[in-house]
Amino acid sequence: MWRWFHQWGSPKFFYHRSGALIPVLALASGLILGAGVFWGLLIAPADYQQGESVRIMYVHVPAAILAQSSYAMMAVMALISLIWRLKIADAAVQAVAPIGACITLLALATGSLWGKPMWGTYWVWDARLTSTLILFFLFAGVLALRNAAGQSQTAGRAASVLAVIGLINLPIIKYSVDWWFTLHQPASFTLTEAPAMPFSMWGPLLVMVVGFYCWFFLTWLIRLRHEIVRREVRSDWVQQMMKQ
Amino acid sequence: MSFETITAFLAMGGYATYVFASYGLTGLTLLGLLLTEARRHRSWLRRQHLVQGKAKFDL
Repeated sequence: MWRWFHQWGSPKFFYHRSGALIPVLALASGLILGAGVFWGLLIAPADYQQGESVRIMYVHVPAAILAQSSYAMMAVMALISLIWRLKIADAAVQAVAPIGACITLLALATGSLWGKPMWGTYWVWDARLTSTLILFFLFAGVLALRNAAGQSQTAGRAASVLAVIGLINLPIIKYSVDWWFTLHQPASFTLTEAPAMPFSMWGPLLVMVVGFYCWFFLTWLIRLRHEIVRREVRSDWVQQMMKQ
Repeated sequence: MSFETITAFLAMGGYATYVFASYGLTGLTLLGLLLTEARRHRSWLRRQHLVQGKAKFDL
């Protein structure tokens, strides 16, 4: 187990082995997202209360789930980077942050587009929306700190500390709909209970969530591999690779 | 199929602007980010190859 962990912690090993995953993830994300959009837009039924506007759920919910889980992943990588000083963990933090920030913005934008016809407004300062906006600022803060002092170790450590501290926001986002009075509906998916909606609705939603994850790992992997070779440009293995 | 006609699909029960804007924005974000990252990596590698070639020439 530890041997495996150390192997994948090596930038050279990670760069060479992870390349094989890219075509697999590209194919999987294309097919799964294509099927999900087709199912969600054309086959899934309309909601008896929200009508056809419920189809926004198939892009909004996966974006919101991915925004939170990418933050959790970034915080775990930041913790690993702080404790074990693994170079690849710091590169992983830097690779997740911009993708997470964009996905959080997408979740906020699609939520606004769903909110306008349902609530009559694009934005309200309610707990779920505000805590998600804070999530975006946390991603932006990590990015800004990482870039503020160039590529120094201090900048990396400061960004990692912020990423770990920001974890406190995740339970706030999750439970905001229970703790405060809010316009936002409760969670569409929970791990402990059966979905309240029929399979014809949670089926495409689940497919889209899986598709979003495939896309995320694909984009993150491309970015992380770029980050690795950029940082290791003076090392023998990158020099060797350039000559080939 | 949930829609009887293409017109009904395009109308989206009166919510077409919001539904199609959401899907359009999502497509642009996902595709845009992916292509940007792939292109950035490729152009960096190409630049490095050029730098390496120039270094060899300089030597």
